[in-house]
Parts: sequence; structure tokens; C-alpha cells
Amino acid sequence: MSSQWEAVIGLEIHTQLSTKSKIFSGAATAYGAEPNTQACAVDLGLPGVLPVLNEDAVRKAVTFGLAIDADIAPHSIFARKNYFYPDLPKGYQISQFELPIVGNGHLDIEVDGETKRIGITRAHLEEDAGKSLHEDFHGLTGIDLNRAGTPLLEIVSEPDMRSAKEAVAYMRKLHELVRYLEICDGNMQEGSFRCDANVSVRPKGHAEFGTRAEIKNINSFKFVEKAINHEIERQIDIIEGGGKVVQETRLYDANKDETRSMRSKEEANDYRYFPDPDLLPVVIEESLKAEIRATLPELPDAKKQRFIAQYGMDGESAATLTSSRELADFYEQVVTESGEAKLATNWLTGDVLGALNKAGLEIGDCPVSADRLAGLLKRVADNTISGKTAKQVFDKLWNGSETADEIIEKEGLKQITDTGAIEAIVDSVIAANPGPVEQYLSGKEKALMALVGQIMKQTQGKANPAEVNKMLIAKLKG
Amino acid sequence: MHNKTLSELAAGLRAKQFSSVELTHAFLARIKQHPALNAFITISEEHALVQAAAADQRLASGDATDLTGIPIAHKDIFCTLGIKTSCGSKMLDNFVAPYDASVVDKFNHAGAVTLGKLNMDEFAMGSSNETSFYGPARNPWNTDCVAGGSSGGSAVAVAARLAPAVTGTDTGGSIRQPAAFCGITGLKPTYGRVSRYGMIAYASSLDQGGPMARNAEDAALLLQTMAGFDSKDSTSVDQSVPDYSAGLNDSLQGLKIGLPKQFFSSQLDNNMAAAIQAAIAEYQKLGATVQEVDMPNLELAIPAYYVIASAECSSNLSRYDGVRFGYRCQNPADLTDLYTRSRGEAFGAEVKRRILMGTYALSAGYYDAYYLKAQQVRRLISDDFKRALSEVDVLMGPVTPGTAFKIGAKTSDPIQMYLEDIYTIAINLAGLPAMSIPAGFIAGLPVGLQVIGNYFSEAKLLNIGHRYQQATDWHLQSPKGFE
Repeated sequence: MSSQWEAVIGLEIHTQLSTKSKIFSGAATAYGAEPNTQACAVDLGLPGVLPVLNEDAVRKAVTFGLAIDADIAPHSIFARKNYFYPDLPKGYQISQFELPIVGNGHLDIEVDGETKRIGITRAHLEEDAGKSLHEDFHGLTGIDLNRAGTPLLEIVSEPDMRSAKEAVAYMRKLHELVRYLEICDGNMQEGSFRCDANVSVRPKGHAEFGTRAEIKNINSFKFVEKAINHEIERQIDIIEGGGKVVQETRLYDANKDETRSMRSKEEANDYRYFPDPDLLPVVIEESLKAEIRATLPELPDAKKQRFIAQYGMDGESAATLTSSRELADFYEQVVTESGEAKLATNWLTGDVLGALNKAGLEIGDCPVSADRLAGLLKRVADNTISGKTAKQVFDKLWNGSETADEIIEKEGLKQITDTGAIEAIVDSVIAANPGPVEQYLSGKEKALMALVGQIMKQTQGKANPAEVNKMLIAKLKG
Repeated sequence: MHNKTLSELAAGLRAKQFSSVELTHAFLARIKQHPALNAFITISEEHALVQAAAADQRLASGDATDLTGIPIAHKDIFCTLGIKTSCGSKMLDNFVAPYDASVVDKFNHAGAVTLGKLNMDEFAMGSSNETSFYGPARNPWNTDCVAGGSSGGSAVAVAARLAPAVTGTDTGGSIRQPAAFCGITGLKPTYGRVSRYGMIAYASSLDQGGPMARNAEDAALLLQTMAGFDSKDSTSVDQSVPDYSAGLNDSLQGLKIGLPKQFFSSQLDNNMAAAIQAAIAEYQKLGATVQEVDMPNLELAIPAYYVIASAECSSNLSRYDGVRFGYRCQNPADLTDLYTRSRGEAFGAEVKRRILMGTYALSAGYYDAYYLKAQQVRRLISDDFKRALSEVDVLMGPVTPGTAFKIGAKTSDPIQMYLEDIYTIAINLAGLPAMSIPAGFIAGLPVGLQVIGNYFSEAKLLNIGHRYQQATDWHLQSPKGFE
């Protein structure tokens, strides 16, 4: 971006609430069922049927509101958003318009070491639409209403972000939060967490916003960054070329890495919102707020600060280890069982996450359970095995079901602590390698490594390398 | 048999004077004898006889209710599992619901027999039954006259003794006005008293199902079964249902009747005014006192109603798009063509008019001036009623400005047609219960007296209706040829 321009970005994020049944009907919400097998009369919008609000969706929305320190409306209203589309069975979507359930909260993000507060204007409950299937129907469109009526919480930010990087940081932070709160599974492939971005640019220092474009349907962190950056460039090009940005809705095409116009402001629907007469106002009593507040888990920021203070780790490790509730819980279990906070930090942020990444697994699917990992760390801590041997043992833990102690025992990996035995081997290696000994004594430090290697080989790696080094130098120089 | 009241029929069934199957056959025969009345859209003969046979078994086994084996019929707005539910529209001429409305379900559980589905204005939009895709139901008192609407078929069926009692729905007068025109008793309960689940929506915040019967005593029996909380309808009220028959004979000594000044203005036809005054005089004889009450906002009811009802219907009827059920046009060229032709070909003129009005009222830039303003007026009207009903026990007045008019007389002038509901509409806006009872005749056509009560005062209204019917015989008159 040329330095005279500043981007202004706000995000609307649709999170699918992980309730068992739909927001206004008893049909199941599980993903991936045969088309139209999870759509009841209410979801189909048959004549005469009526919506009944799912209380669990309300509780999840309130949970979110409390977690972002927002106002919870004591009285909120469902409204109908009217438009025709084949996958919208009633011809209107039940949403919230004038009085949303959550208003005026915030989320702190960290970009380049700086903390920035992003305002959250509102979060409202609504039902999802179905899906139009354009393939497999030879010129016709198929409709799958399994998703129709799935509860969504639409979270609308203030236009507080100034770069794609900030937008991604905000989106990640929100993604982390909803999973912490266990109100959304966060599965972006299945559409459980979807993002629309409002983007505009203005000359730096100007208070007034430029004309914005809304980019729809950007469903990965990578695409959000690319789509926003692309859109910022597009708008700057237009303005610098003497043109005017048009208010419109644009669709991001991940394959071509470009946004294209969907509809202009003039073509935009008049949704004719009005309060849904089939549903009563949602009343949230103070007692319900108190009850939900009492069940709130420790939130990511608080947990991160606690990890730094309690386990003496750096900020980066703390951020990594608190990036999901499962990972943080796993870490703390390892610490509790091993008593080794520092080792646990190093192992989790290093080998364990590395191995998970490579295998494409989440911490919940880690083949090495917290107590098996703790068993390994205990043996590292008490010098039973070396760090190098520990990596071999970890591989075996990953691929099998034995404990670290069983592996060490079976494979005879215990370090030799008998100095007499090591001394004998050191002596024999010095005797058998006059060349390297000569080189070392004439000042070639590297020659020492060859000797250490020989010794380690003869002890099958079970000697403590630091011990060996010390003893060898003492003997050679003595 | 067809002139017996519900309790007489129930007693006859228990005493084995006749079986439910015989009773059902008798009413089916009467229905078939009078096709010209056009009261029924669907006659569910086979279904009815199966239900009747089951009812006879239940009667024999001794676990019968007051309605077991009694034939009834439902306005074709209530969804019925396996029986067509058209809502009076070409749009749903092919629609068979995969569920029963909660009201239908309750009658089925009680063991009542469903004779069929009754004619009505299309999607309950009309005051004469003339907007029905199936043609108007005809008034048995004069078959050149309208039956009223929208529950026209319901009123005709009871008046012509084609069914002992039926269901109806009332959004702006659709139970009370046809009841008045056809000389029967119709009760619109408090909004939320009867479940709306499975009752096809016209204007959700106003729609309410209720009983239509020969007299208040029968209406009480019907309402007993219909009323009650339903977890499937969020707007139904979780309040216990009283015994509606228990207080029917309570004394009316000291009853305070309020007469809204605005109901008795110069616009009211002289003959109608005289008939209503005579009915009120009868109540004074029964011990009631009368006073005038002022309800200054009543005259705003019609415009407020047509904005709110149209707005809600424009949204409620969006689901009829030709995609999943109902009418679908031939060979649509594309999606827009599918929508516009399916809706254009299957909705009648009045339905289209209200969808257009409602869409306009909700549009950006007009919402505040129309919808929001109408909601404010609605509040003012409710306040008028609350104030009046804090001074008196009930309000009384006419149901309609005049008696049943000739078929076709008002179809070309929607405003004239809308004014038909001038005395009934405000009650729906306030959500109050109100009843129409037969109170005389003008030139051979029935007159209805309207009794309006406070929220959940249905038992009181039925008591007031019953005592009047003990003292008068208007409700016992039969139209000529249908005795």
C-alpha cells in the first residue's frame, strides 16, 4: 500500500452455534447428513408451522457477550429479513435487527507486539439458510435444507482495523475465543466460522471514511488476508486513477485470487425488516447472566498471563500454548503429572506441536497422551535418559502404546551413570585413536568430536554426552 | 337429529339412541343434500366414517369425552393430516399437510369426527367469502346473500345444520361477522388462548382460532377442547383453562355493560341500532346496568389494521413460491419467472392487493410512517379498551353495520368491504375476546350482538351469551328449507 493511504476494515463473522438442534425447530444440526434428511416441517416452511426458540442458542449468545465484556440486552427482538431465494424456505430469514441480544463489547488483538482494542458493535442470533446445489442436476438447481435453521451468531466489529494483518489477528482471536467458550466448533471447512469483510480506503489522517465494498464469504485466514489486501489495492488503484469506489458487494474467488462484483447498492434488496410476530421478545434476567457468568471458563488472555507468571514462560510460548483450550489443558496436565514446567513448555511448543503439524492432527487427537508425555519428561528430568534418547523414546510413544518407562526398560536406553565403566571406554578409545588425539592436542578442537562420537557409539548412546566430554578433555589435557 | 345441541347429541350417543356412525351418515347426507350452499371445500367422508367407528368403540368402552363421536368440521385453514388443506386458495389446491394443526389434534384426541373442511375467503382475507378460489359460500337465510367472511363456510354449515358445531378463525372479525350474518354464536378468544400451530397464518399477531356453534353452551364445549397452552406456539399463553360450562347459568345481576359511544354514531343503520338497543334492554331485565364509554381512538382501527395485517401477510405468504409445495407454474423459464408466474397465477386479487399494501408499508422509507405508526395506534386502541374495561365488565355493540349484503354488491369497492369490519377489527388489535350472538332479524336476515370482555374472560362471555339465550329464542330460529 502506498504510504499516503489508510485502509479501514470491519468484519462480520458468522459463527455456527454448536447446539444439538436447530434454532427454531427440533431437527438435528449434525453436518454431512444426506440432503433434506435433517429438515422438519418448520425448516421446510410448510403452511401453519411456527418457530420455537432454542434456549441453548440464547445461552451460547449470552456466554459470548459476557466473554467480550458486552452489554446483554435485557429485552431483545427477532425480526424477519424478507427476500426470495430457493434455499430460504419461508421467504424470510429470522434474524435480529433493531434490538440484538449482544451489544457493545470488545476484543484485544496483538499485532507486531502492540496490543490493540477492536470494538464489537453487536452480535445477533439468526437462522442459517439452506444450500443450493448447482452440480449434478443438469441445468436445474437442487435444494438441501439440512442447514436451514442452524443457529448462527453474527458478530459485527467496529471499523477499527487498519490492515489485513489486523483483520486476520482479530479473526483468529475470535476463532480462539468461540472455541474456548465451546459455543462453536470453529470448523471453517464445514462453514461453522465464516467471514464477510467491509473494506474502504482513505487518505491517511482523514477522519471521514471512504466508500466501502463488502467482500462476502471468505472462509479461511489465508483468504481473508489475501482478499482484503487485494481489495485495498483495487480501491487505491481506482482512486489514484481518478475514479470513484462504488458501494457494492463483492465475492472473493480463491482460485483466481480476486474479488468480483456481486451486486451494487442500487441492486441491493430492501429486506423490509419487521419484528417477527411469531416469537416473543427474548428476556434475559440478571439471574441467568449471573448463572452463565459463573460457568465461564478462564479466557485466553487471562490464561496467557497466568502461564507467563505461573510457569515462567515467554510471551510467545504462552500465546502458543493458550491458543486453544485443549492445548492449554494438555499442557497443564503434563506439568501437573511431571512437575516439569520448563521441559513441558519446550517439548510441547517444539516436538509435540511439530509432530502434530506434520501429521495434520489437533491436540485432541495426539497419539501421546498427557500422562505418557509426563512419564517421558520425568525420565529426562532425573537424567535417566539424555535429551537425544528422549526424542527416540518420543517416536516410540507416538507409534505405540507403551509408557516411556516400559520403552526405556525394554530397549535398555538408561544412561550409564557408572563412571568406572565410562572411564574404561574413554581410555580404550584414546588408545585406539592416536591420530585424532594428536590433532586435538595440536589445537584442532574439532578432532574432539570424532572421539566423543566413538565413545557414544561404544556406549550405544547411553552415556551422558556432557560427562563424556568433560572426562575426555580432562584425560587428554591431564 | 341435526337440530340437537352438542350436549343432546352427546347424551344420545351415551344412551345408544344412535351411534356415531349413524350420526355421521346423517350429517354427511345433509351436506350432500345442499351443495348449492358451497359450505364445504372438502368432504372427508371416508376419514369421518373411520373416526366414527372408532368413536363408537370408545363410547362402548366407557372412556368417551363430551365430544366423542360428535361430527364437526374445520375451517380449511387448519392443517389436517391426509386431508387437503387449501386455505381457500388455488395456491394450496394440491396441498395435503403431513401434520394436524394442534386444534385438530385436540379434537381428534377427544374423539370428534371430522366431516370435512369448510369454505373460506382466500387465506382468510375477505369479509364475504367471495375471495375463495372455490366460490362464495351462500347464506342459508337468503342464498343471494353473502355468508360473511372469512369463516363463511363455517357459519353456513352451522346455520344450515350441516354440522352441529365447527371451528373458525378470526383476524379482524372472521368468526364474529359471518356468525352474525348467519344467525349463529361465534367466539373469538383472547389472543394466545388457542394454539395457532398448524393454522395457516394470515396476520400472525391477530389470528386466533375459536368455536362457532348454535349457542353459547355448545361454544363452551368446543372451546374447552380448543383452548390451552401449546409448546409449539410461542405466542400461546401458559395459563390454566377454566371450566367454560360451569358458570353458564351464573346470574347477571349487577353486570356492568359499557356501550362505546363510537359504536353508536350516526353511521349505524337505524334498524341495526334498534335491534342492538332491544338486546341491551333484555340484559337490563336480567339485572345488568348500562353506561356509555368513550373510546376516542376506535376510528383509527381500520387503517391501523390494514397496515399491520397486510404487512404481516406480505411476509407470511412469501413461502408460497412454487418451490417446495403448492401451485407451480408450467415450464418456468428461470427463477424469477417461477416466482412471478406461480404467485401471479395462483393468488387471487384480494390476496395480491394485501401483499402489495404490506410490502409497501414495510419498505425502506415508509416503515416509520406506516408500520410503526400503525403499531403506535394499536397501543392507543388497546389503552382505550383497558380504560373502558376498568370501568365496566363488558362492552356491547353491533357486530356489523348492517345485515348480510347481496353477493357481488361490494366486490368492486375494497374500501366498502373493509368497512364491514369496523366494529370487530379493534378487538383483534387489542387481543381481547369477543363473541357474536344472534339478537334478532332485519327483513328476515339475522342480526348479531357483539359482547367484548377483558383478557381471558371467555367464561364470562359464554355465561352472558347463555343467559341471553335462555331468555330469547333468536338462536333457535332455522333458515327456511334448512329446519
